[in-house]
Amino acid sequence: MGKKGASFPGNNKLSLREIKKSFSKDGSSLAVLLDISLSVRQGEFISILGPSGCGKSTLFNVVVGLVQRDGGIISIDNREVENGLGDVAYMQQKDLLFPWRTLLQNVLLGPEISGGVHEEARSEALELMTRVGLRGFEGNYPAELSMGMRQRAALVRTLLFHKDILLLDEPFGALDAMTRSVMQHILLGLWMDYRKTILLVTHDVEEALLLSDRIYVLTARPAAVKGEVSVDITRPRKVTDLSFVDLKGVLLDMLQGEIERVFA
Amino acid sequence: MTRRILYPSILLVLFVLFWELMVWQFQVPHYILPAPSRIIRTLTVQQSLLLHHTFVTLEEIIVGFLLAFVVGVGLAFLMFQFPVLEKTFYPIVIGSQTIPVFAIAPLLVLWFGYGLSSKVVMAALIVFFPIVVNTLDGLKGADPDEVNLLRILKANRWQILWKVRVPSALPFIFSGCKIGISVSTIGAIIGEWVGSKEGLGYLMLHANAQLQISLIFASLIYLTILGVGLFYLVVLMERRAMPWKRFSEIR
Repeated sequence: MGKKGASFPGNNKLSLREIKKSFSKDGSSLAVLLDISLSVRQGEFISILGPSGCGKSTLFNVVVGLVQRDGGIISIDNREVENGLGDVAYMQQKDLLFPWRTLLQNVLLGPEISGGVHEEARSEALELMTRVGLRGFEGNYPAELSMGMRQRAALVRTLLFHKDILLLDEPFGALDAMTRSVMQHILLGLWMDYRKTILLVTHDVEEALLLSDRIYVLTARPAAVKGEVSVDITRPRKVTDLSFVDLKGVLLDMLQGEIERVFA
Repeated sequence: MTRRILYPSILLVLFVLFWELMVWQFQVPHYILPAPSRIIRTLTVQQSLLLHHTFVTLEEIIVGFLLAFVVGVGLAFLMFQFPVLEKTFYPIVIGSQTIPVFAIAPLLVLWFGYGLSSKVVMAALIVFFPIVVNTLDGLKGADPDEVNLLRILKANRWQILWKVRVPSALPFIFSGCKIGISVSTIGAIIGEWVGSKEGLGYLMLHANAQLQISLIFASLIYLTILGVGLFYLVVLMERRAMPWKRFSEIR
């Protein structure tokens, strides 16, 4: 606990070193990412926890390559890369299902872009849809489905991007508590079976504790890593577990200082 | 649904009855205002004449519309892909709208003759504008997050255009088409007025000169049916092209 920027050279799937980003607005510069260093091992599930508006989404946009960073190093499989473009899958709070495509056509977007949908991709898509409870809705349009179902489809689409690293940016943020709990369960199951490396951005302490191996806590904007917490609780976890409650206290304390800074 | 048709129909029937009554009551001469019954008689007696001229106008409209559609959508795509073309053409396209088609109709007849082509050009000129502007707006209006989703997948610009921008633009393109088809009759009729040998506009002018006022009304009825029919044809194609729209409307 509290080991800042712990890294295991030679063993990291994705690592970020001293990522910096500021936006210039009306002539003045606004620092969003002050200094972000973190690393994720192959198959690890980590969460990035921070007060809202701290720049978590900007961090993901930088990693993906949609936003140009001012400084810092990104490495994937211990090789320095320009950005994660093409190496990572990205899922947002908005499901971004295309309204003109059926669910099946939507989830097959990845294979379609990277060179044609084959029978293999189709059957994999149907299998995953069955698994998340979307069987029978392949031919439906997104507008016909509930938010939860749409988000499940978005999750399947993200998996079918066939990338080792998944960046999930508050993927369940817009869902009600019940649906969110179902989604967390589904995500955990898929992660265990597919052994993906997952980075989850959230502002929900319980979500982070329920799902992840390690949690990075960010400071209020401009964001830096305030601390790192390992969650050594066997899964499935319960919010009533003693160690769970303990860690929740620790995390809330860390966040509290940052929230006060925001409102100071 | 039935009330949507029922209420205006009732109003229309009442209006026609009132009209018939007034014409009889005040003995209005038929060369000023013919009674609806006289117009109905003209519709049956002159049916083949009316149909012939209707098909002439229909052909002008359809060819003109298709020409405007191809050129309009094409230009919008080019302007979208190459900003320099947008900067060059867009102000000219807007500026050209300040010239009334009426004003250049005689020139077009002079250049393209009394036949089909001058009316086609006239209809196309009038249809062109809403299609270009709407298509361009539609292409630009795609959700940036949806575009980014494809960028993350390393999609090339054609894939982004074809898989996100075009489907996003479809509702806009159809809006342009609906406006375009509604005004297309204006172009064709003006063209026929200025110089032609056939078509509903020609027939009306001809009937007017001979004080066959009921034939003017009969032509107007055909023109209305033609316009409404074409509009609903576009609506039908819109539904076919965008089956998903049905569901977004329910919600």
